[in-house]
Formats: sequence, C-alpha cells, structure tokens
Amino acid sequence: MNVPLLQVEQIGKIFHGIPVLTDVHLQLSAGSTMGIVGENGAGKSTLMNIIGGNLTPDSGRMQLAGDNYAPRTPRDAESAGVAFIHQELNLFPNLTIADNLFLTGYPRTTLSKFMLPRIDQRQLLLQSACLLELVGLSVSPKQRVETLSAGERQLVEIAKALQLKPRLIILDEPTTSLSFKERLRLFSLLDRLSNDGIAMLYISHALADVRRLCDAILVLRDGKVVGQGAVEEFNNDRLVSLMVGRESTQQFPQRSSQPSREIALQVENVSQPGTVKDITFSLRHGEVLGLSGLMGSGRTELARILFGLEPMSSGQIKLHGEHVSHLSVARRIEKGMAMLTESRRDDGLCMHASVESNMSLVVEPKFSRGPLGILSKARLAAELRQMKGKIQLDRNAQLKSPVQTLSGGNQQKVVLAKWLLNQPKLFILDEPTRGIDVGAKFEIYALIDQLAASGASILFISSELEELVGVCDRILVMRQGELKDELDRSEFDVDRIMHASLQANQENSA
Amino acid sequence: MRYLLVARSLLRSGWLTCILCMLYALIMAMLAPGFASIENFSNVLVAMLPLMIVATGQTAVLITAGIDLSVTSVIALTSVAGASLVSGDTSPLSGSALATPIAILAMLATGALVGMINGSCVAWLRMPAFVVTLTMMMFASGFAVWTTQSQSYSELPASLLFLGKNGWASGTVALLVAFSVHFMLHRTRLGTSLFAIGHNPETALVSGVRVQWAIVIAYVICGCCAAVASVLILGQLETGSPVQWENNLLDVVGATVIGGTSLYGGRGSVLWTFFGVLLLTLIDNSLNLMNLSHFSIMMIKGCVILLAAFLDTLRHREEDR
Repeated sequence: MNVPLLQVEQIGKIFHGIPVLTDVHLQLSAGSTMGIVGENGAGKSTLMNIIGGNLTPDSGRMQLAGDNYAPRTPRDAESAGVAFIHQELNLFPNLTIADNLFLTGYPRTTLSKFMLPRIDQRQLLLQSACLLELVGLSVSPKQRVETLSAGERQLVEIAKALQLKPRLIILDEPTTSLSFKERLRLFSLLDRLSNDGIAMLYISHALADVRRLCDAILVLRDGKVVGQGAVEEFNNDRLVSLMVGRESTQQFPQRSSQPSREIALQVENVSQPGTVKDITFSLRHGEVLGLSGLMGSGRTELARILFGLEPMSSGQIKLHGEHVSHLSVARRIEKGMAMLTESRRDDGLCMHASVESNMSLVVEPKFSRGPLGILSKARLAAELRQMKGKIQLDRNAQLKSPVQTLSGGNQQKVVLAKWLLNQPKLFILDEPTRGIDVGAKFEIYALIDQLAASGASILFISSELEELVGVCDRILVMRQGELKDELDRSEFDVDRIMHASLQANQENSA
Repeated sequence: MRYLLVARSLLRSGWLTCILCMLYALIMAMLAPGFASIENFSNVLVAMLPLMIVATGQTAVLITAGIDLSVTSVIALTSVAGASLVSGDTSPLSGSALATPIAILAMLATGALVGMINGSCVAWLRMPAFVVTLTMMMFASGFAVWTTQSQSYSELPASLLFLGKNGWASGTVALLVAFSVHFMLHRTRLGTSLFAIGHNPETALVSGVRVQWAIVIAYVICGCCAAVASVLILGQLETGSPVQWENNLLDVVGATVIGGTSLYGGRGSVLWTFFGVLLLTLIDNSLNLMNLSHFSIMMIKGCVILLAAFLDTLRHREEDR
C-alpha cells in the first residue's frame, strides 16, 4: 500500500482555554495539492503553523512519509523537508536576492584547513541563479529584494523554499498582493513543482484559485474538518455552505423592537488611504446594523476611525446631527459613543487589574466631583454591584479579583459592563462573541437586543455570518475597504453575503 | 503545598516589606551596637524623610510604567535655585521678609518645570521615559554646576532652614506629601487613570482616559516632590550645592521597588514605599553603626535592590498565569 507523504491524525490545539482545532485529520500524497478553505478564525493558519513547526499541537500526531513527525521549531520542519511560505513575506528587503536565499546556510569555502571558512561567493551566485531560473525569474541574484515587485518577491520566496529541497510546501494566501499576470505565472510554477512530485497545502479565500490548482480540498469550520475530498466533489455553492455552516446549532433571541426612523449616526464619504474608501451609511435609533467582511476588509479600521482611534483623510461623521469627526476619544465617549474592541487582551481590558477597576474606568468622570476629580467611591461601588447582577457575571467572580482569572465570556461581560454603566447611545461591537462559549454568546445577543429596544444604536461587526443574520436588522458587507452590499432583514442570505465578501478574488482569477 | 501558598500570597502582598523591616530591626538590635535606642530610631526616622518624599513622587511615575531618573538632579538644581536667591547679604532677596516663601516657590516651580518637560517628552513625543529622564539628569546637573560655576551657597536664612532642621516640621511636611499623593492615587480620577495607564495604555485610551495629560501630571508631581525634598535637605545640610544628593539616585528607585511598586507599572502604593524607604534606611543606619565602609554598604544595598527587582519580576510573571 502507498504510504501518504503527510498524515495528520486527531490534531487539537487550545489557546487560553478556547479550542481552536479539534480532532483534525488529513492525508496528502506526494505530488498532490490540497486546498484548505474556511472562514476567518476557522483554524486554517493554526493548522498550518502546527505542520510548519511554529506551534506544537496539544494532542494528536503527525507522520511524514511514514516517519513520526513532531517539529518543535520551523527549523525542525525545514530539515524534515517542509517549507512554509507565509502570508506576509519573510524577506529582508535591504539584502540581495542571493543573501535572502541562503541566509540560513551559505555555501562555504576555505583556503586551507587552518583558516576560518568564508562565504563562497562564486557558488552563492551560481546556485542562486539556478534557483531563480527554476522559478522563472530573470533578474540578477545580486539585486536587492526591495527593488522587486510583490509578485517577484513571492517567486523569490518560493525559490528560498526550494533551496531547502522540500517535499511539502505550505502556501498561506500567496496571491493576495499579486496582479493577474503575476498570479498566472505563480500558478504555472506551482503546476510544475507539483509535476516534480512536491506536495502542497494551499490556503486561500479565492475559491476559484483553489479549484484551479488543487486535487483535493479540506474545509474547516470552528476548528473542525467539515468537508474533505477530491476537488470534483465540491462546487462553489457547496464550499460556501460548508464554510458558513448550514445547520444552525446556535440560538438567537427574538428581536423585541423595531428601529425608529430617526437617524443616530450619519457617516459620509469617510476615506483613509490604505484602509477604507468612500464609506457612506447611516444608522438609526434602536437599530442593530451588522458589518460583515473578511479579515483585512477594513471593518475594524472603519470602527476605529468612527471612534476616533485612527485618523481619516476625508469625510464626515455626525452623531445626532452633530459633527464629531474632530473630537478626541474621550469627548466622543461623553457624546454617548462606546466601543468593544476586537481583542480584549490588547485594548479591551487591563488584564491584571481587578474586575472593579476595569468596570469603573469609563464611567468615573460621572462619579467624580470638583477640579480634583474626587471619586464618590460608595456611589460607584453601589452602581458596580448592581451592574454585576444585571450582566449576570459569574457568581464566583469577585469584584476585587483580577479580571484575568475570569473565563472569556465573563471577561467580555466586564467589557460590556464598563460601557453599559455609561449608558451609551451608539455602541460599536467588534467581534463581541469571539472565543466565548455558547451560553455567554446568547446572553450577549440578548443584551444587544435589550440595548436596541431601549433606543441605542448598535454597529455589530462579526466574522460569523450566522450571528449577524440572527441578531441584526440590516447588514452591510465590506470588501477591500469599500462597502459592497447592503441587505435588509427580509433579504438576509448567508450565501449572498459570503459571495459579496469573496467576489473580487473570483472576478480576477476566473 | 500550604507553605507554598502562604509564600505566594505573601509575595503578592505589599506587607512583605513591612515584615522584613521588623525582622531586620530585630536581628540588628542584637548585632549592631547602639541600634536599639530611642535616639537612633528617631535619627532613622528623620534621616529617611527626604528620601520618603522623593520616593513618593517616584511611586506615582512608576505606576504609569514610567521612571524618573532625573530626581536627584532636580534636588541639586532646585537647591541652588532656592539658595542662590537668599544666601548671604548680597543675593537678590537677602533680608527681604518674603525671601523664604519666594525661595520655596522658586524651588517648586523649578521642579514642576523639569517634570513638565520630562512628562511632555514621554507623553506627547512618546519617547522612552528611561532615556528622557536620564538625559534630563545629565542636563540638569550640568546646568546646576554651570550656572553656579560650581559654587555652593551657605549662610541661608533660619526661616528657610527651619523645615529641614526641625524634626517635627520635616515630619509634618513628609506626612502631608505622602497623604496627598496617596489620596490622589486612590481617591481621584487621576489616580485610577495612572493605574490604568500602567496596566495597559491602549485600554486606557479606548476607555476615554486622557492618557497624555495624566502622564504629564505624574511627572510634574514627581518633580514637585523632589523640590519639596530639596527644601528639607537644604535645612539638614545648611547648604545649597550643585552636586547635592548626587549619589542617591538608586536609593530612590530602589526604595520604591523594595516597597513593592512594580517597574512594569500598574501596581504600587505610597504606604508600601514608606516601608521600602524604612528598610533601606535601616540597612544604611545599622551597617554604619557596625563600622562598615561606605563601599561595602553600597555593595550590600545593590544586592538588596537587585533582589527586590527580582521579586518584582516574579510577581509580574505570577500575575500573567
């Protein structure tokens, strides 16, 4: 029987108590190419990082050509013949192509055995030229990498991988920064490598590319394999529905109110070079507006611009008819804005500080008097206790204990509480349910509904289409920094949203 | 297992230094001649007051995850700034009834100005506090020697010396400073802002804390505390000199860290700093009584401060679990 080149069995990985990969199996034979697809956060990159030696799995095992394979560092993986080409290129722009290719192992020479070895320049250039020819790049190896285009750099990156004589190459979104022509060139190279017997794992959001290049496809969702097989078994619609998950396991509370006609937030032609372009939309009182899009589509950047955390080059933001574009974050908060950020750890909470001090951070101005800002601790403490009950924080969690000791769901409730205390009129929620359990998710949805019912406006950013469809009144779809689609509740359609978020990739490569 | 738990909770608490102070005093009462006398204890208490005041200001800055290395140069600079106005018979304010208040105000203003420059560089220009305050130390000490042409000022009016010479007066000033900073840290918005900034400046910014202002004010407070300490030192030494307290910088940062205020920010208290200052002063005093040389005392203090910084790192890592 034929031994597969790579065999992955029951791989699992847990980050901070949150499972990101569960029981993943895959099999790849020499010379074949497997496409790995899935939504943001489905676990694609984690899986590739495990195979590429950047992460070690918490459970399961891998075999490479029948031998046990458990790389602890990327170097281990390389010496076993596994090369990883990352989404962000790992080249040194200030060095020459030849230096980049051989940085970890220059060809050496020495005049006599009593002298220190030195770099063999002749061999270096000769070998580099060979590798460049192999990838079809006709430039001098002495040229600096910074003078190359994005597509040429991608080819250098592949040449660098080939220098290691790999049996398996992992490619993570290799085409995102390539032009149409560069893309075709890359594909013909990959075809050639495949014919030479090199196996490849190919991660991409561009489904058409995956279908064109790969022999087999693996679909991940929420860290689990939900589909695996020969490429012919999957058409685009089946892929999309597997990625977003047809059968709903989640429950959503019924929306209990209707948005009013009055406009709360008016965003007009907001642009910032490199992140968002010409964004115009409005948000009504009591409305839950979903914002969908892939990672890097500019969702988070837009939210940060609205909240005053990042600059914008042109456009206007009006809250209740009042210009807020020029205001600082603190002033926008006074006007009733609130923002739950994408990452609790980075800028949502002070992880080492107590639940209490985290909760009171935003609302303190309202509880302080005089020019010295003396706090009314007793009044504040009473308010905090009441809020703790309202958000149903875990009964074992003390107000004095460090917020770090709480579970993800309870931590997120603390972030919500800190803003709710200030009674926000416009609440921007960036991935509010990321990394928390189903029960806590439901409570957060219920809270969003309650807030909307009380007249607040909510901008709800999420990668999970299911929850956007379950919770929102209207959904906007962003792609490459622009608004591409708008759906009212009656038109909600997961496939349409997914297609709108992916479209560009398919147009160019079809 | 239970011992481990007790050790851990002790490591986390700020009372560790208090216990260490008592243990150290008990041991030294047996080893150092003349240590356990009322006279010696009152000496220790008076001697620690200036350090206490400087370290109190340092606590506020360390809580923001910053550091102020310019404090001793501020002491030198303010001491000549104040003394040069009033010393002898020929100075600008000699003999004036307002001489002492104006001198003290000038000292405070100088301290505040240095603090403002430090704070602005850290907050608005986002420079590392370490570099800003280290270069400020260089500049301020250089400036103090340059303007005075290396001259000291004695023959100061008795009213100016009173605060530092009289133990009760010094004690009152130190208590007042410590209490105000303590109140600021725990009972005002500014205080909670400083802790939040020390924990995570990004979170603080997103939560509407005026991060930059708060940082500037912390450095101004630190500069003012150094100026107040300088007034007391002026009284103790009866001279204003451009190299005043030149060698005491590590005592200030060391005492604060020994107390349990974290170099990583977000953790600290004026009360802990008090115990840190007490322990460091006790070490100084007892070893002096045992006739150890200045240099061996330096070595020992260096080890103690290094150990305290190590404990701080342990605590920080512990919190990350």
